[in-house]
Amino acid sequence: MRFGVCVFPGSNCDYDTYYVLKEVLGQEVRFVYHTETSIKDLDALILPGGFSFGDYLRPGALASKSPLAEEIVNFAERGKLVLGICNGFQILTELHLLPGALLPNDSMRFICKDVYLRVENASTRLTHRLEKGDVLKIPIAHHDGRYYVPEDELKSMEENGQILFRYSSREGEPSSDSNPNGSVSNIAGVMNRNGNVFGMMPHPERASEDILGGHDGLLLWHSLISEGRVRQS
Amino acid sequence: MEKVWELHGLTEEEYRRILSKLSREPNGVELGILGALWSEHCSYKSSRRHLREFPTEAPWVIQGPGENAGVVKIDEEVWVAFKVESHNHPSFIEPFNGAATGVGGIIRDVVSMGARPVALADSLRFGELTQEHTKRLLKGVVKGISSYGNSIGIPTVAGETLFESSYETNPLVNAFCLGILPAGRMLRARATSQGQILFLMGSSTGRDGIHGAVMASGEFGEDTEHKRPNVQVGDPYFGKKLLEAVMEIVEEGLAVGIQDLGAAGLAGSASEVAAKSELGAELYLDKVPLREEGMNPYEILLSESQERMLIIAEEDKLPRLEEIAKRHHLEGAVVGRTTEGGTLRVFFGEEKVAELPVSLIVNEAPVYDRETKEPSYFSQLREFDQDSLPEVDLKEALRKVLSSPNVADKSPVFTQYDYQVGTNTVLKPGGDAAVLRIKWPSKPRINSQKGLAISSEGNGRFVFLNPYEGAKYVVAEVYRNLSCVGAKPLAMTDCLNFGNPERPEIMWQFVQAVKGMAEACSKLNFPVVSGNVSLYNETVDREEVRNVFPTPVVVGVGVLENAEDYVGHAFAEPSEIYLIGDLSRSGRVDGSEYLKVVHGLVKGDVPYVDLEKEKALSQTLLELNAKDLLLSAHDVSVGGLMVALLESLFPSELGAQLEIYTEERLDFSLFAEMPTRVVVSVKPELSDELKDIVEKNSLGWTFLGRVVEGRELSLSYNGEPVLKENIDELKGIWQKGLEGFL
Repeated sequence: MRFGVCVFPGSNCDYDTYYVLKEVLGQEVRFVYHTETSIKDLDALILPGGFSFGDYLRPGALASKSPLAEEIVNFAERGKLVLGICNGFQILTELHLLPGALLPNDSMRFICKDVYLRVENASTRLTHRLEKGDVLKIPIAHHDGRYYVPEDELKSMEENGQILFRYSSREGEPSSDSNPNGSVSNIAGVMNRNGNVFGMMPHPERASEDILGGHDGLLLWHSLISEGRVRQS
Repeated sequence: MEKVWELHGLTEEEYRRILSKLSREPNGVELGILGALWSEHCSYKSSRRHLREFPTEAPWVIQGPGENAGVVKIDEEVWVAFKVESHNHPSFIEPFNGAATGVGGIIRDVVSMGARPVALADSLRFGELTQEHTKRLLKGVVKGISSYGNSIGIPTVAGETLFESSYETNPLVNAFCLGILPAGRMLRARATSQGQILFLMGSSTGRDGIHGAVMASGEFGEDTEHKRPNVQVGDPYFGKKLLEAVMEIVEEGLAVGIQDLGAAGLAGSASEVAAKSELGAELYLDKVPLREEGMNPYEILLSESQERMLIIAEEDKLPRLEEIAKRHHLEGAVVGRTTEGGTLRVFFGEEKVAELPVSLIVNEAPVYDRETKEPSYFSQLREFDQDSLPEVDLKEALRKVLSSPNVADKSPVFTQYDYQVGTNTVLKPGGDAAVLRIKWPSKPRINSQKGLAISSEGNGRFVFLNPYEGAKYVVAEVYRNLSCVGAKPLAMTDCLNFGNPERPEIMWQFVQAVKGMAEACSKLNFPVVSGNVSLYNETVDREEVRNVFPTPVVVGVGVLENAEDYVGHAFAEPSEIYLIGDLSRSGRVDGSEYLKVVHGLVKGDVPYVDLEKEKALSQTLLELNAKDLLLSAHDVSVGGLMVALLESLFPSELGAQLEIYTEERLDFSLFAEMPTRVVVSVKPELSDELKDIVEKNSLGWTFLGRVVEGRELSLSYNGEPVLKENIDELKGIWQKGLEGFL
């Protein structure tokens, strides 16, 4: 598989994501700059974390107007894999490739810490190496991570299996204590209806090596990479 | 009416010196240049002669003080560049932007050396949290650091946040940055010949921050509010674009030297480059990209607009430089050239607006040997006999100490910082030192097995009580922290935050502290490779004069042979607990947190550091780690032994049965902040080996008890049970000490 890691001015997890794909997982990977308009050589696109265009206006808002943005939409429409992490997730919601929006944390503070995630749907291209109910330890680092989606839309997302992860306790119980930012229904990651566009606030690239304190993120990368059959739920 | 020299922060004597050197009256622009470059902030005129006492050399030191950052060799492949700098005055006037630009400025210093910045640390001091405005300052400063560091994508991995009333109207904000570079690829702020271009890249230039250097060299009076326009405004987004553009320029070998624009703006940068290169320079102010209309030459020259760098390059590299600037959405223009001879000439279109000898601007700035006098408080505070302290309830005292903001859990601060971006942080904030691995995937590509440790300290209260011994204590503590995590201490950078040097009592503190630091650095072979002096941390409030506690902030860097072989401070499994180190003296609570929060006193002397023993302790810790004997290590520091033990228990899920046998009063044993002591845990079957190594190095050990399953803490004193506590309850108290204030 050939990966692209998008670089917008102000992206800052681009090197980290590139490193994991190339050096830890041995994948083919290249940087894709925000001015590029041809990404046909790629199979999967990662929108990394950071503060694209300084997060001016709203996180992700300006990146969604960049020349590359249109290509990302086409890429997704062709059924290719797209994963947005943190700022990348914010960009994907701004592009309406994913439902909902990401608002400032309810504490109004930036939060950097390890959180636990319960896997809600293990039948997707991002999670098929996991089991439903598995608990992952992956760090967050954001100021605007409070996921919001109107109630009726949330309902249809649940029915379609679009909820990927919920913030939970170490034992896998989602509760307000384990919700770091006030996200609706403890949601930490979602996907589109077609199951090829994914967004999550936690940073799997920061949990892909034991030296950094954990490798739970690897399970997501391995799911993406492996062409193996995705079980039907 | 203010005299012409006073407008530029100069004294009459300094003005006369200029007249005699120049043999004419300087014009306004020239006086602006001289005022800024001769300010305390730029010229170190009060401190310079004392700073010479610092040892600055070692076989592993590549670049010592005098450049934008110090550079130290890690091995044949990797060097590191680092420096700490203050942004105290701006942070009081405008906490958010003052702190943010402090971070931005120190990052550019490291980038100037051609290094990829990979770590930040911040050392903060505020007044007591009982004051409303302290809360505002704390929130603002932490948000400012968080905003800049997080956005630019450099992790904040270490630091301290401490509170003392002396900082009430003059908080300290010291920012540290460390970068990595391939060995042999260091750049300096120099041109290599005449005719090279000065390419100004980054943000456009505005009217912000004019007079910043002069402001930072004065004390605060009642007009602080009017100084707000002197504070620069930072933009981490531009900072990030500039960082990436410079990394590309360095990677392609386009620059012969780099200088950032900081204090005194373009005037400062260009004259420093010229002076260090032993050349002259011409500046073309009409070529500077501006963000405001109608700026005059004076404003353009002295603007401290942030996110700007001066790239020194051969003319033929210009097209590529312009291309890189454009691709990163940055301004870029040739604003000057190096010239033969030692003159700085400044043009605005056809008009020559300033012409000064470079040596006058930089090298002939005055150097003062200011008067010193031992302050009267010094002997008064020594009249302290700890035996006369009343006995206190241990349970209550422990709670008071744990909830003191100086001891309390600092995670409400450091979780606002992204301490993981860059995926190099191996040991996160909250321990003795942070540990990073050394890797970067491209621009530049670096990959090493080794690890780096970073630790920052600066106990101002101790330095106040005894500047000489207190400063030794500070250096020794940093050295010890690095050793605790398993790193060999290499070198340090320091920021000397003191009051008004024109007061002999303050100058005495300064001179004594520098002597103490110098002695510790020499004996420990722990050289100073960069640093900064911040004076005039004084507030004049009607009749009252307040100077900050003399606060040398020391940030040390150490190396681990293998980044994975670090030692954490948390107890890891049921095991035996020992105190090792210099145990020959009985505990003294002078200057301790216990004395302050339980007895309401800031008094006494400082526990003296035996530097030979400190060195032996470091060697011992490294040896113990090499033999894989340590399950944890944590030094005795603020709060004393009891706090050290609890800090090792809180992040674990274990309990402890402690037994202390001593002739000392129990409160002295538990709360004295004695140096050169480390709490370690070890597997019971390996403890004899540990004791042998400790004894071989002429140090002492004492058995403190056991780490056990469960979450209970019990303590016996000479065989008598004296304390039983639930650790989670104590942890709750510790966690709440600061939480409510952020």
